[in-house]
Amino acid sequence: METLFFLIVAAIAVITSILVVANKNPLNSALSLIMTFFCLATLYVMLEAPFMAAIQIIVYAGAIMVLFVFVIMLLNVRTEAARRGKHALFLGTMTGLLLLIQTWYTVGRGSLAGVRGPVDSALIAKVGHTELLGTALFTDFLLPFEITSILLLAAMVGAVILSKKKL
Amino acid sequence: MVSLNSYLILSAILFAIGTIGVLTRRNAIVIFMCVEMMLNAVNLTFIAFSKYLGNLDGQIFVLFVMTVAAAEAAVGLALMIAFYKNRESIDVEDMNMMKW
Repeated sequence: METLFFLIVAAIAVITSILVVANKNPLNSALSLIMTFFCLATLYVMLEAPFMAAIQIIVYAGAIMVLFVFVIMLLNVRTEAARRGKHALFLGTMTGLLLLIQTWYTVGRGSLAGVRGPVDSALIAKVGHTELLGTALFTDFLLPFEITSILLLAAMVGAVILSKKKL
Repeated sequence: MVSLNSYLILSAILFAIGTIGVLTRRNAIVIFMCVEMMLNAVNLTFIAFSKYLGNLDGQIFVLFVMTVAAAEAAVGLALMIAFYKNRESIDVEDMNMMKW
Protein backbone atom coordinates (compact mmCIF):
# COMPACT_ATOMS: atom_id res chain seq x y z
CA MET A 1 0.00 0.00 0.00
CA GLU A 2 2.74 2.41 1.04
CA THR A 3 4.84 1.41 -1.97
CA LEU A 4 1.89 2.00 -4.32
CA PHE A 5 1.32 5.45 -2.79
CA PHE A 6 5.01 6.25 -3.12
CA LEU A 7 5.01 5.20 -6.76
CA ILE A 8 1.98 7.36 -7.56
CA VAL A 9 3.42 10.45 -5.84
CA ALA A 10 6.85 9.87 -7.41
CA ALA A 11 5.30 9.52 -10.87
CA ILE A 12 3.38 12.79 -10.43
CA ALA A 13 6.56 14.51 -9.21
CA VAL A 14 8.57 13.31 -12.21
CA ILE A 15 5.83 14.18 -14.74
CA THR A 16 5.31 17.68 -13.36
CA SER A 17 9.06 18.32 -13.23
CA ILE A 18 9.33 17.27 -16.88
CA LEU A 19 6.50 19.73 -17.58
CA VAL A 20 8.52 22.49 -15.87
CA VAL A 21 11.28 21.97 -18.43
CA ALA A 22 9.04 21.27 -21.44
CA ASN A 23 6.43 24.02 -21.09
CA LYS A 24 6.87 27.01 -23.40
CA ASN A 25 5.00 29.43 -21.15
CA PRO A 26 6.94 30.36 -17.95
CA LEU A 27 3.70 30.67 -15.98
CA ASN A 28 2.75 27.06 -16.76
CA SER A 29 6.27 26.02 -15.70
CA ALA A 30 5.79 27.81 -12.38
CA LEU A 31 2.44 26.09 -11.75
CA SER A 32 3.96 22.68 -12.56
CA LEU A 33 6.82 23.43 -10.17
CA ILE A 34 4.31 24.17 -7.39
CA MET A 35 2.79 20.73 -8.02
CA THR A 36 6.26 19.15 -7.78
CA PHE A 37 6.78 20.89 -4.44
CA PHE A 38 3.48 19.53 -3.14
CA CYS A 39 4.50 16.00 -4.16
CA LEU A 40 7.80 16.44 -2.31
CA ALA A 41 5.89 17.64 0.77
CA THR A 42 3.83 14.44 0.60
CA LEU A 43 7.03 12.41 0.49
CA TYR A 44 8.35 14.31 3.53
CA VAL A 45 5.22 13.27 5.45
CA MET A 46 5.89 9.67 4.44
CA LEU A 47 9.46 10.08 5.75
CA GLU A 48 8.10 11.13 9.18
CA ALA A 49 9.12 14.76 8.81
CA PRO A 50 5.78 16.63 9.11
CA PHE A 51 7.44 19.93 10.09
CA MET A 52 9.58 19.88 6.94
CA ALA A 53 6.44 19.18 4.89
CA ALA A 54 4.71 22.21 6.39
CA ILE A 55 7.79 24.38 5.78
CA GLN A 56 8.02 23.05 2.22
CA ILE A 57 4.46 24.15 1.49
CA ILE A 58 4.64 27.48 3.34
CA VAL A 59 8.09 28.62 2.22
CA TYR A 60 8.54 26.97 -1.19
CA ALA A 61 5.06 26.52 -2.64
CA GLY A 62 3.89 29.63 -0.81
CA ALA A 63 6.49 32.36 -0.54
CA ILE A 64 9.11 31.56 -3.18
CA MET A 65 6.72 30.49 -5.94
CA VAL A 66 4.47 33.49 -5.32
CA LEU A 67 7.57 35.64 -5.83
CA PHE A 68 8.29 33.81 -9.11
CA VAL A 69 4.73 34.10 -10.40
CA PHE A 70 4.67 37.77 -9.35
CA VAL A 71 7.86 38.54 -11.30
CA ILE A 72 6.69 36.57 -14.37
CA MET A 73 3.45 38.58 -14.42
CA LEU A 74 5.23 41.86 -13.67
CA LEU A 75 7.67 41.43 -16.55
CA ASN A 76 4.90 40.13 -18.83
CA VAL A 77 7.23 37.51 -20.32
CA ARG A 78 5.75 36.06 -23.45
CA THR A 79 6.30 32.57 -24.75
CA GLU A 80 9.92 32.35 -25.72
CA ALA A 81 10.30 32.83 -29.44
CA ALA A 82 13.31 30.65 -30.11
CA ARG A 83 14.65 27.75 -28.16
CA ARG A 84 18.28 26.80 -28.06
CA GLY A 85 19.78 25.20 -31.15
CA LYS A 86 19.67 21.47 -31.81
CA HIS A 87 23.26 20.95 -30.65
CA ALA A 88 22.75 22.66 -27.30
CA LEU A 89 19.51 20.73 -26.76
CA PHE A 90 21.20 17.42 -27.55
CA LEU A 91 24.30 18.09 -25.45
CA GLY A 92 22.28 19.37 -22.50
CA THR A 93 20.01 16.35 -22.52
CA MET A 94 22.98 14.00 -22.84
CA THR A 95 24.74 15.68 -19.90
CA GLY A 96 21.63 15.33 -17.78
CA LEU A 97 21.15 11.68 -18.70
CA LEU A 98 24.82 10.95 -18.05
CA LEU A 99 24.47 12.51 -14.59
CA LEU A 100 21.39 10.36 -13.96
CA ILE A 101 23.12 7.13 -15.00
CA GLN A 102 26.17 7.96 -12.91
CA THR A 103 24.09 8.72 -9.80
CA TRP A 104 21.92 5.64 -10.32
CA TYR A 105 25.01 3.44 -10.57
CA THR A 106 26.57 4.94 -7.43
CA VAL A 107 23.32 4.63 -5.45
CA GLY A 108 22.93 1.01 -6.52
CA ARG A 109 26.46 0.12 -5.39
CA GLY A 110 26.44 1.59 -1.90
CA SER A 111 24.66 0.52 1.23
CA LEU A 112 23.65 2.39 4.37
CA ALA A 113 26.16 2.62 7.23
CA GLY A 114 25.29 0.38 10.15
CA VAL A 115 25.42 3.18 12.72
CA ARG A 116 21.98 4.48 13.65
CA GLY A 117 21.21 7.70 15.51
CA PRO A 118 18.83 8.03 18.45
CA VAL A 119 15.79 9.27 16.49
CA ASP A 120 13.18 6.69 15.48
CA SER A 121 9.41 6.60 14.93
CA ALA A 122 8.63 6.01 18.60
CA LEU A 123 10.66 9.04 19.74
CA ILE A 124 9.11 11.26 17.07
CA ALA A 125 5.63 10.10 18.10
CA LYS A 126 6.39 10.68 21.79
CA VAL A 127 8.26 14.01 21.76
CA GLY A 128 7.09 15.52 18.48
CA HIS A 129 9.02 16.33 15.35
CA THR A 130 8.91 20.10 15.77
CA GLU A 131 10.22 19.94 19.33
CA LEU A 132 13.09 17.64 18.35
CA LEU A 133 14.06 19.99 15.53
CA GLY A 134 13.76 23.06 17.73
CA THR A 135 15.95 21.55 20.42
CA ALA A 136 18.62 20.64 17.89
CA LEU A 137 18.40 24.04 16.19
CA PHE A 138 18.80 26.07 19.38
CA THR A 139 21.51 23.95 21.01
CA ASP A 140 23.83 22.22 18.54
CA PHE A 141 23.17 24.53 15.59
CA LEU A 142 22.85 27.90 17.31
CA LEU A 143 25.72 29.61 15.48
CA PRO A 144 24.59 28.57 11.95
CA PHE A 145 21.08 29.69 12.90
CA GLU A 146 22.34 33.14 13.89
CA ILE A 147 24.43 33.41 10.71
CA THR A 148 21.28 32.62 8.73
CA SER A 149 19.70 35.81 10.06
CA ILE A 150 22.64 37.84 8.72
CA LEU A 151 22.28 36.11 5.35
CA LEU A 152 18.58 37.01 5.21
CA LEU A 153 19.34 40.62 6.14
CA ALA A 154 21.98 40.83 3.39
CA ALA A 155 19.55 39.33 0.87
CA MET A 156 16.84 41.80 1.87
CA VAL A 157 19.15 44.81 1.52
CA GLY A 158 20.46 43.42 -1.78
CA ALA A 159 16.99 42.95 -3.22
CA VAL A 160 15.94 46.49 -2.24
CA ILE A 161 19.11 48.05 -3.71
CA LEU A 162 18.90 46.02 -6.93
CA SER A 163 15.30 46.93 -7.68
CA LYS A 164 15.80 50.67 -7.20
CA LYS A 165 14.84 52.91 -10.09
CA LYS A 166 18.31 54.20 -10.84
CA LEU A 167 20.80 51.43 -10.35
CA MET B 1 8.11 -0.08 3.49
CA VAL B 2 9.71 1.99 0.76
CA SER B 3 13.46 1.46 0.57
CA LEU B 4 16.02 4.24 0.80
CA ASN B 5 17.19 3.53 -2.74
CA SER B 6 13.76 4.44 -4.18
CA TYR B 7 13.96 7.88 -2.60
CA LEU B 8 17.55 8.37 -3.76
CA ILE B 9 16.71 7.38 -7.32
CA LEU B 10 13.65 9.66 -7.40
CA SER B 11 15.89 12.46 -6.17
CA ALA B 12 18.48 11.65 -8.85
CA ILE B 13 15.79 11.77 -11.55
CA LEU B 14 14.54 15.16 -10.34
CA PHE B 15 18.09 16.48 -10.20
CA ALA B 16 18.84 15.27 -13.74
CA ILE B 17 15.65 16.88 -15.08
CA GLY B 18 16.66 20.12 -13.35
CA THR B 19 20.10 19.94 -14.98
CA ILE B 20 18.57 19.38 -18.40
CA GLY B 21 16.33 22.40 -17.83
CA VAL B 22 19.24 24.64 -16.83
CA LEU B 23 21.26 23.57 -19.87
CA THR B 24 18.53 23.71 -22.52
CA ARG B 25 16.20 26.60 -21.63
CA ARG B 26 16.83 30.23 -22.56
CA ASN B 27 14.40 32.02 -20.31
CA ALA B 28 16.32 33.12 -17.19
CA ILE B 29 13.32 32.73 -14.88
CA VAL B 30 12.74 29.14 -16.04
CA ILE B 31 16.43 28.39 -15.50
CA PHE B 32 16.03 29.77 -12.01
CA MET B 33 13.04 27.53 -11.36
CA CYS B 34 15.07 24.52 -12.52
CA VAL B 35 17.77 25.45 -9.99
CA GLU B 36 15.11 25.50 -7.28
CA MET B 37 14.03 22.03 -8.41
CA MET B 38 17.61 20.76 -8.10
CA LEU B 39 17.80 22.18 -4.57
CA ASN B 40 14.59 20.35 -3.73
CA ALA B 41 15.95 17.09 -5.07
CA VAL B 42 18.90 17.46 -2.71
CA ASN B 43 16.51 18.24 0.16
CA LEU B 44 14.68 14.98 -0.51
CA THR B 45 18.00 13.12 -0.28
CA PHE B 46 18.80 14.80 3.04
CA ILE B 47 15.44 13.95 4.59
CA ALA B 48 15.49 10.35 3.32
CA PHE B 49 18.95 9.79 4.77
CA SER B 50 17.88 11.50 8.00
CA LYS B 51 14.98 9.05 8.37
CA TYR B 52 16.95 5.93 7.54
CA LEU B 53 19.95 6.86 9.70
CA GLY B 54 17.83 8.00 12.63
CA ASN B 55 19.60 11.36 12.81
CA LEU B 56 18.01 14.81 12.68
CA ASP B 57 21.07 16.70 11.39
CA GLY B 58 19.98 16.24 7.77
CA GLN B 59 16.67 17.97 8.43
CA ILE B 60 18.40 20.91 10.10
CA PHE B 61 20.51 21.18 6.97
CA VAL B 62 17.34 21.21 4.86
CA LEU B 63 16.16 24.20 6.89
CA PHE B 64 19.37 26.06 6.01
CA VAL B 65 19.09 25.06 2.33
CA MET B 66 15.57 26.49 2.29
CA THR B 67 16.79 29.75 3.85
CA VAL B 68 19.53 30.08 1.25
CA ALA B 69 17.03 29.28 -1.51
CA ALA B 70 14.70 32.01 -0.27
CA ALA B 71 17.54 34.55 -0.15
CA GLU B 72 18.71 33.45 -3.59
CA ALA B 73 15.22 33.79 -5.06
CA ALA B 74 14.81 37.31 -3.67
CA VAL B 75 18.20 38.57 -4.93
CA GLY B 76 18.00 36.67 -8.24
CA LEU B 77 14.55 37.94 -9.13
CA ALA B 78 15.61 41.50 -8.24
CA LEU B 79 18.58 41.04 -10.59
CA MET B 80 16.22 39.87 -13.33
CA ILE B 81 13.97 42.90 -12.89
CA ALA B 82 17.04 45.17 -13.10
CA PHE B 83 18.20 43.36 -16.24
CA TYR B 84 14.76 43.58 -17.82
CA LYS B 85 14.70 47.33 -17.21
CA ASN B 86 17.97 47.66 -19.17
CA ARG B 87 17.42 45.22 -21.99
CA GLU B 88 13.65 44.60 -22.28
CA SER B 89 14.37 40.87 -22.27
CA ILE B 90 15.27 38.07 -19.87
CA ASP B 91 16.75 35.78 -22.49
CA VAL B 92 20.12 34.47 -21.31
CA GLU B 93 21.51 34.96 -24.83
CA ASP B 94 21.13 38.72 -24.30
CA MET B 95 23.20 38.63 -21.12
CA ASN B 96 26.47 39.47 -22.85
CA MET B 97 27.35 42.90 -21.49
CA MET B 98 30.45 41.58 -19.73
CA LYS B 99 31.65 39.71 -22.77
CA TRP B 100 34.92 40.99 -24.13
